[in-house]
Amino acid sequence: MAPLTRSTQPPGLCGWGRTHLPGAEIRGENLARLSEGRPLSRGLGRSYGDASLLASPDAVAVNTTLADRLLSFDESTGLLRAEAGLCLAELNRLFLPRLWFTPVTPGTKFVTLGGMVASDVHGKNHHVSGTFGRHVESLLVRTGRGVVVECSRTEHPDLFFATLGGMGLTGHILEVSVRMVRIPSTWMVSETHRVESLDELLALLDEKGKTWPYTAAWADTVTRGKGRGRGILFLGRWAEPHEAPPEVSKGGLSIPMPFDLPSGLLNRFTIRVFNELVYRSHFGKTRRKVVSPDQVFYPLDWVRNWNRAYGSRGVTQHQSVVNKATGREALLEMMGVLEKFGAASFLTVIKDCGEQGEGLLSFPKPGISLALDVPMLDRSKEMIHELNEIVLRHSGRIYLTKDGMTTPEDFRKMDDRIDAFLEVKRRWDPDFEFRSAQSARLFGIGG
Amino acid sequence: MKVVVLGATGGMGRAVSRRLAERGDRLFLLGIDAKELERSAADLTLRGKDRDPVGFAECDLEDPACFEQALSLADAHLGGFDTVIVTAALFGTGERLEEDTVFAHRLLVANFANTIAFCELARKRLLSRGGGTLCVFSSVAGDRGRKPVFIYGASKAGLSTYLEGLDHRFRSEGLVTVCVKPGFVKTQMTAGLKPPPFAGEPDQVAALVVRAIDKGTPVVYAPRAWALVMFVIRALPRFIMRKVGF
Repeated sequence: MAPLTRSTQPPGLCGWGRTHLPGAEIRGENLARLSEGRPLSRGLGRSYGDASLLASPDAVAVNTTLADRLLSFDESTGLLRAEAGLCLAELNRLFLPRLWFTPVTPGTKFVTLGGMVASDVHGKNHHVSGTFGRHVESLLVRTGRGVVVECSRTEHPDLFFATLGGMGLTGHILEVSVRMVRIPSTWMVSETHRVESLDELLALLDEKGKTWPYTAAWADTVTRGKGRGRGILFLGRWAEPHEAPPEVSKGGLSIPMPFDLPSGLLNRFTIRVFNELVYRSHFGKTRRKVVSPDQVFYPLDWVRNWNRAYGSRGVTQHQSVVNKATGREALLEMMGVLEKFGAASFLTVIKDCGEQGEGLLSFPKPGISLALDVPMLDRSKEMIHELNEIVLRHSGRIYLTKDGMTTPEDFRKMDDRIDAFLEVKRRWDPDFEFRSAQSARLFGIGG
Repeated sequence: MKVVVLGATGGMGRAVSRRLAERGDRLFLLGIDAKELERSAADLTLRGKDRDPVGFAECDLEDPACFEQALSLADAHLGGFDTVIVTAALFGTGERLEEDTVFAHRLLVANFANTIAFCELARKRLLSRGGGTLCVFSSVAGDRGRKPVFIYGASKAGLSTYLEGLDHRFRSEGLVTVCVKPGFVKTQMTAGLKPPPFAGEPDQVAALVVRAIDKGTPVVYAPRAWALVMFVIRALPRFIMRKVGF
């Protein structure tokens, strides 16, 4: 069934990009009981496309957010065990003042531990710390036929590696053990550089990555001519105690967006104005500040439902990782495709990726990651296909967590690990109990 | 505070206990399922300001014979508690309760007779050491006889009346009674029901409850909008109540 993208308050479930499909979810505290006979778990619904949506309209997904207990924490090793519905914002709130932090954080704190495992999320420190999965020690998973299994690198490693980044398709993730990292203070040193061209931006990202643990770049992909690809490089590291203010840093204010802005408010013109403002508002070439971690990691979280800025039609994000050597060409080609479809990327984020994750379907691999936020259009699917052709030409792959429109043919060409994944899935889910709208789209009935 | 919570493993009890643990109150948990209690105790210990180990003991609201021993264990662990919170109760949809008389009877006994029996034992212990706070979760369902919740509502109406009387009788002796009347809150109890307007989150309720305990507020509606909603519903004449569906 094709995802509907144009409706107001839809009955059913919704992805972060406002893709919605029929289906329902049930919340509860006891995941082991709740997940019985259910095809999919979902957390806070932050995946953009159809990864957390259901393949059949009468199915019910397990909403894990009430199963959020901390189960154990070892002060000497940092090993944390918790139920899968624990929200990262809550984890940060509890552990940051105690000088512990998640080893890897995505660009929003409104995700659950289970979701972080299922997406094998990466962050600004991917070039040094890899994906979240690298720091996961073990998982408790409810696999097919109700078999609950503890898995790790030594215990049922096939299930463990298929579950990291496995989009919830190997079963319901019930509990997660992950190694937290010690931080020297609750503050961060952030440095930003305004850079005038794409070449310079990519070179500086590469260079600064050698000394900074957290890096990412924003690129202006709408301005024409010389300014195209100019941008701002964001760098961060934890502040040493002597650099940090004495008090514990506070999370930023978070305000809800109470209604949808009109679809189409974010168009080529307004996006160009916005990009111009962002670029211009960075006075001077380099700025250095001591800030709270929220300002470094979650710049968008201060508006709780910022996806509503795209209106009820929603947004699609296209995130890919491509060959580093030709990353620049890939991005320029993608900008050409956007232009052809009359689209523009509101926010374009560039990040260099380190080693490939251990998960059988983990997204990152060595190269350069390009994330484009594009308001939904009538021809989005066609556009995504053309973007995927560019990804293929530059030996890249896409991030399933952001995806809602890639064709199974394109996906298969991007990833030679799919058969290995499906083989493990069949072993642990022989009756094909676990399915999402995304898995039905990409893998068909046998997925 | 040194707090005993009956029903701390889930829903609003979990949310209230977390807030208390985080600000440094000491806790002892009572509930039906030992495994769940152990997991919640671990959660609350880790959230606790001082990592003070949270104790627990099995206690079934449907088995009054176990109340005295459970309270003794709590007293021993905490060195004399000063606050008792009761969130445990049975719940059934109107349809189920109208259909299943045996279950309806069980619910009435647990939510009314047994809850009061538990409160009486707790009250005596608190009064014997000069008072304290007894915070019990009733429900907006007890404020007015309504079509979809008349059996559950009756159990809570009885409980609310008891709590009001208890507060009048013993406040001067140092025992403060807090009657919490939650409206629709999105917990496991109400999972599968369609949330009405003003449906609340457990943590939102917990914030109000903790404040009411601190201030000794005798009746607290949570989320707050329900105070207004119930004010209107209580004022509606019978012939209107008979016509409307809620």
